[in-house]
Amino acid sequence: MQLVLEKRAERSNTIALVSPLIAIGLTIVTMVILFAILGKNPLLALHAYFIAPLTDSYSLQEIAVKATPLVMIAIGLSLCYLAKAWNIGAEGQFLVGAVAGSWIAVKTQGTDAGAWVLPAMFVLAAAAGALYALIPAICKVKFGASEILTSLMLVYVADLFLDYLVRGPWRDPHGFNFPTTAEFDPVATVPLLIEGGRLHLGSIIALIVVAAAAILLGRTIKGFEIRVVGAAPRAARFGGFNANQLIILTFAVSGALAGLAGIIEVAGPVGHLQPGISPGYGFTAIIVAFLGRLNPLGILIAGLFLALTFIGGEQAQIAMKIPLDVTKVFQGILLFYVLACDSLILYRFKLVFPNRQVARGAG
Amino acid sequence: MQAHQRMLDPTPNGLHSGESPLLQTRGLTKRYGDFLANDSINIDIWPKEIHALLGENGAGKSTLVKSIYGLIQPSAGKILWQGTPIALSGPSEARSRGLGMVFQHFSLFDNLTVAENVALGLDGKESFKDMSARLEQVSKTYGLPLDPKREVWQLSVGERQRIEIVRALMQDPKFLILDEPTAVLTPQEADQLFIVLERLKAEGRAVLYISHKLEEVKRLCDTATILRGGKKVDTCNPRLETAASLARMMVGGEIKEVKSASGRKTTVPRLVVNDLSLAPAEAHGVRLEHISFELKGGEILGIAGVAGNGQDELFAALSGERLSKDPGTVVIEGIAAGHLSITQRRKLGAAFVPEERLGHGTAPRMKLSENALLTGHAASGMVNRGFIDTSATLKTVDRATETFDVRKAKRDPEAASLSGGNLQKFIVGREILRNPAVLVVSQPTWGVDAGAAAVIRQALLDLATAGAAVLVTSQDLDELAEIADRIAVMFHGHLSEPLATRDATREKLGLLMGGSSLEPKEAAHAVGA
Repeated sequence: MQLVLEKRAERSNTIALVSPLIAIGLTIVTMVILFAILGKNPLLALHAYFIAPLTDSYSLQEIAVKATPLVMIAIGLSLCYLAKAWNIGAEGQFLVGAVAGSWIAVKTQGTDAGAWVLPAMFVLAAAAGALYALIPAICKVKFGASEILTSLMLVYVADLFLDYLVRGPWRDPHGFNFPTTAEFDPVATVPLLIEGGRLHLGSIIALIVVAAAAILLGRTIKGFEIRVVGAAPRAARFGGFNANQLIILTFAVSGALAGLAGIIEVAGPVGHLQPGISPGYGFTAIIVAFLGRLNPLGILIAGLFLALTFIGGEQAQIAMKIPLDVTKVFQGILLFYVLACDSLILYRFKLVFPNRQVARGAG
Repeated sequence: MQAHQRMLDPTPNGLHSGESPLLQTRGLTKRYGDFLANDSINIDIWPKEIHALLGENGAGKSTLVKSIYGLIQPSAGKILWQGTPIALSGPSEARSRGLGMVFQHFSLFDNLTVAENVALGLDGKESFKDMSARLEQVSKTYGLPLDPKREVWQLSVGERQRIEIVRALMQDPKFLILDEPTAVLTPQEADQLFIVLERLKAEGRAVLYISHKLEEVKRLCDTATILRGGKKVDTCNPRLETAASLARMMVGGEIKEVKSASGRKTTVPRLVVNDLSLAPAEAHGVRLEHISFELKGGEILGIAGVAGNGQDELFAALSGERLSKDPGTVVIEGIAAGHLSITQRRKLGAAFVPEERLGHGTAPRMKLSENALLTGHAASGMVNRGFIDTSATLKTVDRATETFDVRKAKRDPEAASLSGGNLQKFIVGREILRNPAVLVVSQPTWGVDAGAAAVIRQALLDLATAGAAVLVTSQDLDELAEIADRIAVMFHGHLSEPLATRDATREKLGLLMGGSSLEPKEAAHAVGA
């Protein structure tokens, strides 16, 4: 008897919906084993991760705040991934957007500039993120350079550039030599939705992005173009769609969304530019995109779930002294299971009994 | 045990008295999920026999021979080799027992020489020098000339097939399987192959010959086993059958005859190609050389030729998947279009049907309505200010379904879930429903069941009758003879002068397909070669 993977005649839509849930289930089982090995009570740990953050308003708002950049970046990435253009550098585009938007905030600091500041920061951040994403896209189209490598490597360039700015020219003179800019002026800050709370305007923008992406992919010829270029490149060319133009376009849109997410994070929850503004949002968003099946609504749900793991990880660290890195382990295992479960959409498991043949022959 | 087998033996016609079958299958079954690719097949192959395996695409021919050759494991049933049951672990065990196989798709490395390719396929106990010498000797003995030192990419398809055959013969097989060997050959090359097969038979070997070309089977084979829908229909002597009776067994019913409306009138030139030359896009592609022709409305021009002589490149240049620097090389409806994209050419009234249905003509994992949009977005009112009109795309699916009898499980399934014939009817229907002035279609009935093929050919004829210009590229000479008004031949990127179909004999076309001109002297030379 042996277990084999057998190709399905048609892709299974049921599994396509269920596969992320199977992946989450398998991840939790793995985590239980991991917690047990770490000597922690698995049930308490799971409670700290997944239940405790849902029980108070502050944590719920914090989940929405963390989900905002994840969802915005993941929507952009999903457009790239649907077109089979592999933008791995959203983290860098996020940082470059944060830096570019902060430039206006830093330059207008204390000048009482007016209400144009925040919209201008958004526009500049999105433009900078788009331009930064165009570097790997153009290298790919013109020279055939792997966009996976170039976009990833540019993350570190952006990271170090930000580091240089806040340690050098943009450092707050009254900041006790900490590598950070001064707190942004109120006109350069994302407004809160609830007075005294954490929820801010960025979450509304993220929801608008989700709705726009759903319309783009479901209803428009451009969205069809993105899907068909990824699903069947030769058929797309036969349909008259230019794959290279689409790589440029999806990278630019994805970079713009990541850049916008970057400035919203800096001008929102953080309030100033400093190193470490992102706990790896750009990379976690890759998991969000795939866990959400590259579908806008799915990404919204997946973004909230991954945000829960960030908050839950903090809770577990405080309550049970579980290292914060366990959250990253969790996210990595989750991506692994998501991709593994996806093979079940096109294949199914089957038990094979080779001795049946002999039995038939004898009978 | 012996008596039991005798009872099962379906061909006790006295032909093989005193001998025992070389290979038998009993109840051989192969199941893929719920699908029965082979359903309890019994077949007997005798020494000194050329045994045809006849059937339409999808009848289970390839599955059966793959089981016999050890490439796949049958789900049930057994295979007997010289009377003893065997369970082959794989092709190398099959080869060591004396089975050989020549595949339809060659497994050759383009950048290696003939001898290197053969060496890779053998089990390598002799030195490369001895092997090369043996290769030359075998190829000479059987009249399969090959230069061991040439690299494969320089060779014609017929020559590549010779490598595969010689490689199989070098292992001295008792039993040789050939999978649709003449699909890629000119008629003359096919004749040469038949001489080789007759010789193998005379040496006492058995040949299993897979084909769906009935005349060929009648001419060459001693026995024919017909498969349909995974089941064996019959085993017969093909020489005692008519082509029509064999076709009935293959298809399971009568095939509708294609009717050509008499008195089709040609009108204005709708597609004109002027001195089109184009360097290949890929490393070992074919360069198009000074191609010129004129195609009028109401006319069907057939392009014959062995695969890989520039047909794909010509299709890409006509469709606009590859652009030409000189706009005047391709003229559609009187407008120079060589520099225009495929979408712009569609807007001029051109429509295209590529050879490859899945992945080129359609996106396999997308719905039919989305695949209607794939080519319809250019000029069919399916898109309104960037937004897709879903009801319009679905209406195209419904109309194609109705007009061309597309059979499918639900209203709007994925393209990949349709059978080859039904998908091809959908693709051809999708283009014809746009009322094109020019239709360029490549291999319209390749791998399509006979019923669907008749529907498609009829649709092409009707389109021409309605006044469109139709260009058909096909490897199937019978198909071109049936529907084309004129036939031209592609060879090494050159296109011959078109011949009127009534003057285009198989001999003439065959010579052109082999690269000879129709001058009497050269023709004689080519036949002698």
